[in-house]
Amino acid sequence: MIAEIGHYALVLALGLAIIQGVAPLIGARLRDDTLMAVAGPTALGQFAFIAISFAALTACYIQSDFSVVNVYENSHSAKPLIYKISGVWGNHEGSMLLWVLILALFGALVAAFGGNLPATLKANVLGVQSWIAAAFVAFILGTSNPFLRIVGGPLEGRDLNPILQDIGLAVHPPLLYIGYVGLSISFSFAVAALIEGRIDAAWARWVRPWTLTAWLFLTLGVAMGSYWAYYELGWGGWWFWDPVENASLMPWLAATALLHSAVVMEKRNALKVWTVLLAILAFSLSLIGTFLVRSGVLTSVHTFASDPSRGVFILAILILFIGGGLALYAWRAPTLKQGGLFAPISREGALVFNNLFLTAACATVFVGTLYPLAIEALTGAKISVGAPFFNLTFGPLFVPILLVMPFGPLLAWKRGDALGAAQRLISAAAMALVAMAVTFAIAGGGPVLAPFGIGLAVFAMVGAMADLIERTAVMRVAPAVALTRARGLPRSAWGTAIAHFGIGLTMLGIICESTWGIERIVSLKPNEAVTVSSYDLTFDGMISRDGPNYRQVSAKFTVRQGGNVIEVMEPSKRNFTTRETSTTEAALMTRGASQLYVSLGDANPDGSIAVRIYHKPLVLFIWLGAVVMAFGGLLSLTDRRLRVGAPKPARKSRGTLQPAE
Amino acid sequence: MTRKQRRLILIGSGLGVLAISALLVLNALRDSIVFFNSPTDVIEKKIAAGTRIRLGGLVKPGTLVRGEELNVRFEVTDGKSAIPVAYKGILPDLFREGQGVIAEGLLEPAGSFKAETVLAKHDETYMPKEVADALKKQGHWKEEYEKKK
Repeated sequence: MIAEIGHYALVLALGLAIIQGVAPLIGARLRDDTLMAVAGPTALGQFAFIAISFAALTACYIQSDFSVVNVYENSHSAKPLIYKISGVWGNHEGSMLLWVLILALFGALVAAFGGNLPATLKANVLGVQSWIAAAFVAFILGTSNPFLRIVGGPLEGRDLNPILQDIGLAVHPPLLYIGYVGLSISFSFAVAALIEGRIDAAWARWVRPWTLTAWLFLTLGVAMGSYWAYYELGWGGWWFWDPVENASLMPWLAATALLHSAVVMEKRNALKVWTVLLAILAFSLSLIGTFLVRSGVLTSVHTFASDPSRGVFILAILILFIGGGLALYAWRAPTLKQGGLFAPISREGALVFNNLFLTAACATVFVGTLYPLAIEALTGAKISVGAPFFNLTFGPLFVPILLVMPFGPLLAWKRGDALGAAQRLISAAAMALVAMAVTFAIAGGGPVLAPFGIGLAVFAMVGAMADLIERTAVMRVAPAVALTRARGLPRSAWGTAIAHFGIGLTMLGIICESTWGIERIVSLKPNEAVTVSSYDLTFDGMISRDGPNYRQVSAKFTVRQGGNVIEVMEPSKRNFTTRETSTTEAALMTRGASQLYVSLGDANPDGSIAVRIYHKPLVLFIWLGAVVMAFGGLLSLTDRRLRVGAPKPARKSRGTLQPAE
Repeated sequence: MTRKQRRLILIGSGLGVLAISALLVLNALRDSIVFFNSPTDVIEKKIAAGTRIRLGGLVKPGTLVRGEELNVRFEVTDGKSAIPVAYKGILPDLFREGQGVIAEGLLEPAGSFKAETVLAKHDETYMPKEVADALKKQGHWKEEYEKKK
């Protein structure tokens, strides 16, 4: 019964979505308030019905109702409750349901909190948003119904893929989806603006909080996915340039570019046409990511089950929205008014620089991800494009971004003073040089690029603070005065500085881990020891322990440093009986931001065991940097400017001239 | 500066960055792509020793030998031909005889393959797509490899 309620609610949501996709758009065209007012209640209703549907599926999972095919295939009665719940989206059908739930949630949020939007813009935005919802709900109902029943339900389920039985599944997909799907709002705003043929600085001010929200969740989602792969797969790597990872990185790069270009548009009314294009592209990349991951074009742990009809359906959605969005853009963008002027060396110029390089970096990731697919489709040859490609393309394009990043906030709008900015960055540059010299002195004969990388990361981090140091005058005035000044600074200034600091921190972690990380793969018998970095690990023996739905064998390692026992580590292998699969559970020891990572291999007949041991210096900075970036985004989001005062659209009088300079 | 000049600078720098990234991409594509081959491809195409490839197929049952110091030998087959593979390191969790595998590494002059990485499937229903296609080509595809849906 519960499954049927869920199914029925989803059908009702589709009906509402179609109404919401038609009536408000016609209303906005005819300036009919009654038709436009349909958008709000339908958006809320649509969200309510999808939420009921999602709750119904969750209830089926919690009750272990194996007469529902989806539950039978992906759950097991012995599974802990948390994995029963997170297992709802640990499969294709459920994850698509989560996708539309978040989509409808964003629509409902615009309906509820978009009171200060002009009526036509709000109606258009919600109408466009609803088209996306309708397409994806139809996709679920047509090809991926999670509520199908089996006649004569089995007594036990087939369990969830063991790799997914982890807290990561409870956190990573929701975060990532809020990011992915949140970009749909920017897309809907862009398309709505194109439909209206009018766009101004106020538009950017409405779009920015939504993009910022999506961006900060996307940042956390990508970082969480990376950390999950790091500890769960047992290979010690945190980024493999796997197409599925790239599918989440591309929207992130585009969203980052969009955030920055929206600032220019909001403050200076420039880069309008470009910002609209970026908003369309950012969500298009999310859709392409969904297509790559869900259609079965790629095989990976994210591809739960491939079915050609699904691939075709998603491809059709893709063509409709990306093609439609870009066609509308080509048709209407020329009618948008030109914005303000600026000199190449200015805040705008720096942000354009950021946009150029971010989109170029995004394009190289796009090429690297889709080139193998294109080649296979055209010639039949199967190739793989791996880390070397991305190191050679993405790397060089990201260096200028980091180098120029500290200059941006120090330049004035319209016409900046490059020399002045450089003078204020002298201390940052000096610290970067010191860091380079120290690294070079300590590491000596290591890779030549590493000291430069460290220097660049330090420059980015210290340079990010230059604007705050300047504006609070912390070096020149009494601490109390500086504190008052710090409180008085807009939160967005803090947000910028902190987010920029975060990217430097991530870079520092990446360089340290990849340059000075140690990997040892050894075969050990009981009571044998191995030394990695400054740690001595002794293999004490094996311990067996059974979990709720698996058997576990752990190896006990005593870690000593300078003869003193500092930790006992127990990496293990779990064998999941239902699926006859095993997973490797790595053991981690954290000291500061560095980690010792032990992961088990196979046991040999002679009683020895193969083991991978890594020492990863400052590896936690990689993800900590992402958290810092997201925190910066959150601070920006709470800025007064975005909260208080309904932004007014620019005057419609087209006769007024734009300020020339 | 006039509006026109400024726009030219903007477009020019855009094209410049585009050109740089295109150069980077073309350069990287020349050096860092790896072709996937089945054992039959390796023999029929007479791929030169020292070439970096991805070799995919099934682990031939009865060929897995674990040596000293984590050295492993096994053969990869597509049903028609088989290539001996040497690997040093830890095999993935789901590496089994008779199951799909992809090894990346270098072909050696003696016709064997030195693997640097070995990838197996992520779960019990997953067969690497390249491997499935290679098996289909040799007519050794069996329904039981298909996902138990």
